[in-house]
Amino acid sequence: MATATVIFAGIAIVLAILLIVSSHYLSTTENEVIDKIESLLPRIQCAQCGYPGCRPYAAAIVTDKADINLCPPGGNETVRRLAKFLGSDFSPVTKYSTTANLNEIAFISEELCIGCNLCLRACPVDAIVGTHQSMHTVISDHCTGCRLCIPPCPVDCISLVSRNA
Amino acid sequence: MNFPINSSPHVLPITSVPIIMRHVLYALIPSTIVYVWYFGFGIFINMLIASIAALISEAIMLRIRNRPIKPSLADGSAIVTAILIAFSIPPLAPWWLPVLGASSAIVLAKHLYGGIGANIFNPAMVGYAILLLSFPVQMTHWIPPQIENLGFQNIDLWSTVLYSVTGSLPSNLNLDAITQATPLDIVKGGLKNGISINELRSGPLFSQLGGYGWEWINIFTAFGGVYLLYKGIIRWHIPVSLLTSITIFAALFYLYDPNQNLSPSFHLLSGATVLGAFFIATDPVSAAATNQGRLIYGASIGALTYAIRTWGGYPDGLAFAVLLMNLMVPLIDRFTTPKIYGQQQ
Amino acid sequence: MLKYPLFQSFYGGVHLESHKNTSNHKQIARDFLPSRLIIPMNQQFGSDAIPSVKVGQLIQKGEVIGKPAEKNTTAVHASCSGRVGAIEKHPVPTAGKVSTSTCVIIETNDENNIAAQKPPLFKNHLDKLTAINHAGIVGLGGAAFPTAEKLNRKSSHCEMLILNGAECEPYISCDDLLMQEHATEVLRGALAMMEIVGAELTVVVIEKDKPKAIEAISNAIETIGSKCIRLTDIPTMYPTGGERQLVEALTGKEVPSGKYPIDVGCICQNVGTAYALDCFFQLGEPLINRIVTVTGQGVKNPQNVAVPIGAPIVELIKFCGGYDGEVSQLILGGNMMGYTVDTDQLPVTKSTNCIITTKKATTPKPFEIWPCIRCGECIPVCPVRLLPQQILKAYENKNFEELGKLGLSECIECGCCDVVCPSHIPLVENFRKAKHLRMQEIKSSELSNAAQKRYELKTQRLSSQHANTEKLHADLKESIKESSKNDMIKAAVERSKKRRDKK
Repeated sequence: MATATVIFAGIAIVLAILLIVSSHYLSTTENEVIDKIESLLPRIQCAQCGYPGCRPYAAAIVTDKADINLCPPGGNETVRRLAKFLGSDFSPVTKYSTTANLNEIAFISEELCIGCNLCLRACPVDAIVGTHQSMHTVISDHCTGCRLCIPPCPVDCISLVSRNA
Repeated sequence: MNFPINSSPHVLPITSVPIIMRHVLYALIPSTIVYVWYFGFGIFINMLIASIAALISEAIMLRIRNRPIKPSLADGSAIVTAILIAFSIPPLAPWWLPVLGASSAIVLAKHLYGGIGANIFNPAMVGYAILLLSFPVQMTHWIPPQIENLGFQNIDLWSTVLYSVTGSLPSNLNLDAITQATPLDIVKGGLKNGISINELRSGPLFSQLGGYGWEWINIFTAFGGVYLLYKGIIRWHIPVSLLTSITIFAALFYLYDPNQNLSPSFHLLSGATVLGAFFIATDPVSAAATNQGRLIYGASIGALTYAIRTWGGYPDGLAFAVLLMNLMVPLIDRFTTPKIYGQQQ
Repeated sequence: MLKYPLFQSFYGGVHLESHKNTSNHKQIARDFLPSRLIIPMNQQFGSDAIPSVKVGQLIQKGEVIGKPAEKNTTAVHASCSGRVGAIEKHPVPTAGKVSTSTCVIIETNDENNIAAQKPPLFKNHLDKLTAINHAGIVGLGGAAFPTAEKLNRKSSHCEMLILNGAECEPYISCDDLLMQEHATEVLRGALAMMEIVGAELTVVVIEKDKPKAIEAISNAIETIGSKCIRLTDIPTMYPTGGERQLVEALTGKEVPSGKYPIDVGCICQNVGTAYALDCFFQLGEPLINRIVTVTGQGVKNPQNVAVPIGAPIVELIKFCGGYDGEVSQLILGGNMMGYTVDTDQLPVTKSTNCIITTKKATTPKPFEIWPCIRCGECIPVCPVRLLPQQILKAYENKNFEELGKLGLSECIECGCCDVVCPSHIPLVENFRKAKHLRMQEIKSSELSNAAQKRYELKTQRLSSQHANTEKLHADLKESIKESSKNDMIKAAVERSKKRRDKK
């Protein structure tokens, strides 16, 4: 009886020490979790989730328990990954019906563009070049298809085209 | 003319799961015959009951899981599990023993993990372990070899069936008189009580090489195993490493003290050693995947079996050794990944 | 002389039913003249050739009809005399699938006069390589890599030229027959290649199941009397004929991932390519013919045929007696790595080595596919030493990181794992899909990373701009404040002065 007690107490102590040590060295800070969540997002900064960018959204998921299905460009695949990482349930993206898609890019119609510069400022990744009073154009390699340039355009000259076309 | 488009390679595979399972069943025929010769027709009753129970539980589980029933039932894996369970329970057993064994193997070990191919543990051994832990009395009531001049009371087919169905024997038979412990059990108990190996082995249940009758069952099981090797159903790595490691351990301790330790031949030819080496540990789903990993896996099972037999609480440790090593398989697989062609590591 | 121990085996592989005797007992048929040629411009790695003929033009056999678009690509020649019927887009079998390419369509006539055939003369080494490109010579083993380009790997020294006559794929026997009938020419071509690359040794590799070819080549080696050609017969094992496997089998070395055999001092060339090179050097004949094995249960007279490039498959099948009953599949290449096509209206290209017509189903039906039982049979047969079962699992879990670690991109799609899988899982098909998905995943994550970087840069720029503006405003305000204060005081002083003055 005594030996058994000693053995089990010993095991308990060893395991407790292990747990304490590992929690000390292997702990994750909130920032690391946010980093990881951000890396799972498409990071195209489209703000369609309602937060100003991908990192704010990631932070909101961690701190405010924001829903994980708010990212239209990431689609259900991203929700699946987030759900797997956070151990929460999957629910499909419902937020917007017009989903942005990584396979699309913005295209500025040259005939219509008046060189107002508004889209330039809206672009989160500096993928539009141009200057006042002259035609703008989209650098297709940099465009993420986030659609943020579409609403500011006064002449509706921006449309989305397939990335490979 | 329009032709269909298919993905390469344009050649049919050379074997299939049902073919493999069928060959495993063929390979068990010789040992079954010898088994019946020594222990009577009881095993047939158990095989029948276990198979029916396995198929029924397989069908129910497939239904619950919304999987196609017919192909999975027809692949024969449930039957193989059932037959292996029938081999591991006593020939004289009440009907619910094989039923419980087979159905828990199929339900708990196989389908709760995701069906064929997804189980972590060997289903037959899970079934056996559950039976052994839950019903130690029924599971250790073995009958002695049914050979006239051994001096034991024998039991006929009709009484076996009666016992299986009703759980009681005809009035002229007494359960205690009919059943005996297995040779490994006798050795285990005897050594505990300070009786030397030599004295123990002079008993009627022992022969020159191992347990009486058991040595021939094991040898004929090995013939079946060689058939599987010849047919390419299993590879040599697991049986060879398992048998080698058990032999080495037994030999070392036997040379150290032959009076307290059983000889290698006894270890090889008693209990489930050979059945385990060729039919149980080689279950592909729960075994290591690479050849190198299989050597480690087999050798570890051999060592663990010897350890449990010698120092553990159970006379035969093969089932537990297999289950323990099943747990280690992902780790073994990770460490035995072959180096990819053209990639320096 | 012989620096390497000539090993004879490589890791993995399977023995397959060879099916070669369906087609290898007849001599190569050389009298096939199609009525029409569809000559594609995209028969090689790299940019397509540019058509250099006009519709209606009369052309001679061997005349250039497509000019190389770049320096190190090859020209295309007319394989028969005739009149250019059209230059149009036409479906063409290319690298594993049917795609559309510009084709020159020639209505042949039977004049068959050959344009300017005389042995070419070269001023220098470079001249020779350019000439090989202009003769349209590409690797005839199936990949159609420009031969001159392969022989021009100057970066490392080539010690051994491996002349690949292994022909490990079932059904195909075109190299076998070529070696039997043209052993001397093949070896002469090999010697020419050796001279170009500066190798000291040529090893002709033939699988043991081609005794006639082995005999012919060894006789030819004796006749030529060259001491730097060696013949090695290797065990019949699929896929020995793969470049990397061949190098491993012969030298025991592995070609590093992402590199070429030349990086370990070897160059592999197909025997057919050597023959084509010899034809060009001896006769000035560009690559306008190739030997194609027409075989399988679905064709009446299976045999090897010397086919003008661009001949429609349907005419080739007719030449071989036509279809024998209902044909279930048309496979281009061998049955292991070849691909099915949906129509026989396609042309034979420089990479078409075999046409198989099957009558039975060659793909397992869905109800015959079981889940993986982890039997591990796929592991020892994989020539790249991958773990197919674990790759499959990672693919099912969409675990792209794991797929990368397991070496998915190294898979050569040889199909050995498919053949031995008792669960009949179409592994190679899954791996192809997995490769595709993984590439997409990598692309989109690259896009995401780039987007994030640019976003961060923009935010940084904006915030620093903002900070600058703020600072500017603050400074201005400050200076206005300062200046206006003084002004106001001054003004007040002035005003009071003025008032005082009035009084």
